[in-house]
Amino acid sequence: MSTPAIKLTELRKSFGAVEAVAGIDLEIADGEFFSMLGPSGSGKTTVLRMIAGFELPTGGTVELSGRDVTRLAPFERDVNTVFQDYALFPHMSVVENVEYGLKVRRVPRRERRERARSALSSVRLEGFESRKPSEMSGGQRQRVALARALVNRPKVLLLDEPLGALDLKLREQMQVELKQIQRDVGITFVFVTHDQDEALTMSDRVAVFDAGRIAQVGTPEAVYEQPATSFVAGFVGTSNLLIGSVAEALLGKKGTFSVRPEKISFAEAGIPGTVAEVIYAGPVTRYVVDLDAGARLTVVEQNQRTGTAALAELRGKPVHLTWLEEHVIEIPSSKENADAL
Amino acid sequence: MTLSPWARWGLRAFMFLGLVFIYVPLLLVLVNSFNGDRTFAWPPHDFTTRWWSAAWNNSGARDALWTSIKAGLGATAIALILGTMVSFAVQRFKFFGRDTLSLLIILPIALPGIVTGIALDSAWRSVIEPLGLGKGLFSVIVGHATFCVVVVYNNVLARLRRTGTSLEDASADLGASPGQTFRYVTFPLIRSALLAGGLLAFALSFDEIIVTTFTAGPGITTLPIWIFNNLFRPNQAPVVNVVAAILIVLSVIPVWFAQRLAGPETTGSRT
Repeated sequence: MSTPAIKLTELRKSFGAVEAVAGIDLEIADGEFFSMLGPSGSGKTTVLRMIAGFELPTGGTVELSGRDVTRLAPFERDVNTVFQDYALFPHMSVVENVEYGLKVRRVPRRERRERARSALSSVRLEGFESRKPSEMSGGQRQRVALARALVNRPKVLLLDEPLGALDLKLREQMQVELKQIQRDVGITFVFVTHDQDEALTMSDRVAVFDAGRIAQVGTPEAVYEQPATSFVAGFVGTSNLLIGSVAEALLGKKGTFSVRPEKISFAEAGIPGTVAEVIYAGPVTRYVVDLDAGARLTVVEQNQRTGTAALAELRGKPVHLTWLEEHVIEIPSSKENADAL
Repeated sequence: MTLSPWARWGLRAFMFLGLVFIYVPLLLVLVNSFNGDRTFAWPPHDFTTRWWSAAWNNSGARDALWTSIKAGLGATAIALILGTMVSFAVQRFKFFGRDTLSLLIILPIALPGIVTGIALDSAWRSVIEPLGLGKGLFSVIVGHATFCVVVVYNNVLARLRRTGTSLEDASADLGASPGQTFRYVTFPLIRSALLAGGLLAFALSFDEIIVTTFTAGPGITTLPIWIFNNLFRPNQAPVVNVVAAILIVLSVIPVWFAQRLAGPETTGSRT
């Protein structure tokens, strides 16, 4: 394997008594779209800020393309960041914002204007050059921030929840665009998010953060289909955990198991339960079913035939559930197992 | 908040009365500087610019104006440098005694001018003069700077609080050295706060009289002191009026600009 674009070794960060990052080892390959997924406070943004150089690690090292940059200032590192609040310079026009990185590196004026313009056109913002950031919408500002980072052709682009402030429609559109841009420019993207859909949609690999540690690293498919811990199962998708006596009664095995909601279907015969709640959500309907054995499961069904009128009547009715045995995921329960992965 | 019509009209009347009380006397000074009658008979029946040319030709008043401008510029320059440095220290760094330092910087504006004046006077006499630096224009500048630093400090601090550090982070992230970040990002962001603070500082220095009395060396007369000295000489009265009018105008302009520049977060005006 070639030298990784980013290599983190035993990375730690404490704020006073709080350990925000509790020892992280990670390698991110060149050209990869890598997501750091986790709830707020799980340490993912702190890791990003240590890669960018805004935070000094309490311990461990950060390497960029094989070079140890742990003690270097942000301006000495070949990474650029798209900030959560975009951090556009309010006193500069859009084109001045975009060419800023070139200006401070003393790129001649004509060349940097040209590159700034082509960066702006790559994010489809031609004609906005002389606007001020305050005269643009959230989605447009987001693109300016992206162009401002990309124009420097960094080895690594760090994105700190860049889509968080956008509305759903725009966010979905930007997810597709970001992925396209990343494929076009071919540089490594490290994307921080707390939105599991976002992480699964865009990434080549995902690291799931839990309390300052990485609970699992893998492809979106692996993280979703083979969660390493019950935390991952719960955070990425709906977990539907079967634990202890319930697992023994239904599966005949001890341990912790999970069945994804879309893998469960209703049948004439199977595991008995009662419908507790019916939630109609457009393309799908979610059923919350209380099993007679004791667990509560969520079942998702495509709305291919179902009409809304019939749905409400299901509440409180007895049903039977079935699933394929291969869709039952066993989750390693001990902490050591989780860390080893 | 909604008020009854009575309360609304009552409050309006009060405010109107208050403003009349403050500004009509000032207006009188301005009008009287053009009053042809030497005893300021009211209503004025002829208009003249005679007093203005008399004031212009009065070398004492002219020297005093020049001294005031020099003192104001000097005090403002010191205030800009020190006030900015302290506000960065307090806003951007954590250190032992930070809150105390902030208090110590703000305190001089609340201290009675006469106390500051006496303290500076005795300090100058017992410590600095024996070192060979007598009282003069410089001692006035230092005296004024003690309270001018506050207005710059407050303006810049408010601006730094509002803008935060994310823009400077972004600048460093894009490859700018600390010097470039200051030049292209930080300074443009605090520029209007500096201007507002500087104008206020100049206005404060320009009409200061108490501290000046105690710190001025022999032969140093600022404009307010010149007015005070000439106030009770009857044949100087028209000229004093003109000088007072000039003082009003020269104080109002910077404050007006400062208000427009700094926006709603301005704090720390002395009067």
